[in-house]
Amino acid sequence: MKLTLEEVQHIAELARLELTPEEEELYQQQLSAILEYAARLQQLDTTGIAPTASVLPPHSVLRVDEVKPGLTTDAALRNAPQVEQSQFRVPPVLE
Amino acid sequence: MPELNELSVRQAVDALRSGEISSLDLTRACLARIDRLEPEVHAFLTRTSDLALRQAEAADRQLAAHRAGRDESPLPPLLGLPLAVKDVLALEGVRCTCGSKILENFIPPYTATSVERLLKAGVVVVGKTNTDEFAMGSSTENSAYGPTHNPWNLDHVPGGSSGGSAAAVASRMVPAAVGSDTGGSVRQPASYCGVTGLKPTYGRVSRYGLVAYGSSLDAVGAFARSAEDVALLFEIIAGHDRRDATSMDVAVPKIQLTPDPSLAGIRIGVPKEYFIAGIQPEVEAGVRRAIAQLEALGASVHEVSLPYTEYALPVYYLIAPAEASANLARYDGVRFGLREPAAQILDQYKRTRGAGFGPEVKRRIMLGTYALSAGYYDAYYGQAQKVRTLIKRDFEQAFTQVDAIATPVAPTTAFRIGEHGDDPLAMYLEDVFTLPTNLAGVPGLAFPVGFDEHGLPVGMQLMGAHFHEEILFRLAHAYQQVTDWHQRIPIL
Repeated sequence: MKLTLEEVQHIAELARLELTPEEEELYQQQLSAILEYAARLQQLDTTGIAPTASVLPPHSVLRVDEVKPGLTTDAALRNAPQVEQSQFRVPPVLE
Repeated sequence: MPELNELSVRQAVDALRSGEISSLDLTRACLARIDRLEPEVHAFLTRTSDLALRQAEAADRQLAAHRAGRDESPLPPLLGLPLAVKDVLALEGVRCTCGSKILENFIPPYTATSVERLLKAGVVVVGKTNTDEFAMGSSTENSAYGPTHNPWNLDHVPGGSSGGSAAAVASRMVPAAVGSDTGGSVRQPASYCGVTGLKPTYGRVSRYGLVAYGSSLDAVGAFARSAEDVALLFEIIAGHDRRDATSMDVAVPKIQLTPDPSLAGIRIGVPKEYFIAGIQPEVEAGVRRAIAQLEALGASVHEVSLPYTEYALPVYYLIAPAEASANLARYDGVRFGLREPAAQILDQYKRTRGAGFGPEVKRRIMLGTYALSAGYYDAYYGQAQKVRTLIKRDFEQAFTQVDAIATPVAPTTAFRIGEHGDDPLAMYLEDVFTLPTNLAGVPGLAFPVGFDEHGLPVGMQLMGAHFHEEILFRLAHAYQQVTDWHQRIPIL
């Protein structure tokens, strides 16, 4: 399982990660080796085996729908890199 | 009496109640020990000495009032006990970095349930301990703030990711600490540092306020120097919490430990799949000797099989990174954490994450993103989840035959800092014996059973069925009644 450089760049784009050319090359090698190792799972016949997403017995968690105090606006904004008018300020999302 | 900073949890709590010692003296002794050793060990990322001294004074006032009969309410069980907290658990108002540059200045606005329960039980928090970045690693070398050093040999790693907590307990900076375990991150450093560490059953301890890594695997655990001490912490952090939907409403037993080490009637399973080629001979010998000692105390020993063990590593390194890639999407420079400005928001996300995350975190995000991406989901993530079912069934089957399973914690003792350099797969192999419990959700307890020829601790792991932590404590406690490995102190 050898990843191409284009595949690495595509994954980085999906993951919203800016990588240097050196990182792209390193991850190309390392991820290829790890995926090759992981390929042994495909030798197993798992026909009819249900996937495990959680080890807990299936259960629903419900709560009463009541108003409770949460974080104040100030507390929620305290770690923000940039704030304007009690909101998180970000650069343009659309051109 | 030993030095104050060398007291066990049980000894410290008893001496505080009787008035023999004060929390302030105990806390000062721990802070002084940290002052002296921290330049060499580097167990902490943030120290909270002022907070600790204030909490200790308050504890002493409450203890004094109680002794004078002015306060008749029951004393909190750990009142005045110094404790260290892994820096992936939120404590309101105290920086929480997760060992990452991306959270270098993050101050959580709330406290994790496990930490809140410990505070309510009266603990004194001396600081936040070092960790591999976002708990991803087996050595603390992935911390953005430099590695922690193993107190038994400073050139070696303490294990990881909760290496700071394990090293702090081993070097007698604190009697106890909390950590987290997603694939072995409490048990493996406990083993490497010669202390006792528990990963509870998944769902036993609330994950609220634990910074998420692999949400179906993450567990909050505890370190101390004996099973009895870990049990005291376990009783406090365990239990249902409505703020974590995966927290189970299962009664937490009062762990009953007696000085009588008899283990008659307890069945211990030994799986052949955990005694494989490549395991360090002293590790295998130490663990087999410990199993023989448990047998001598009356337990019966049976061979069991966990046939899918060899697949746990690839399953884990698809599922955990997949969950991590989703969980770490939140670090985008918008609401908290680092921001690397750019003219467009998409570029800002990429730059922020490219600059803020270290190499191992990026590697796992990339791996997880790939395993979840269109065209590969079924072959990688989907198949891994199915094999996870087979691994879980292995344990269900084994626990119809035995009460606990005994294995090594890791194939080797603590390796040298830098030894695994740029070979992530070699590093991942350190987790081969600890990953299966997280995949199956069962509890695991690690404790010291000897030393190798270089003086580095050897650890044994006991695993139990879901919510059966008590049997693990009973077995380890019995072992610790007849051995003294857990009382050895590294020379520093």
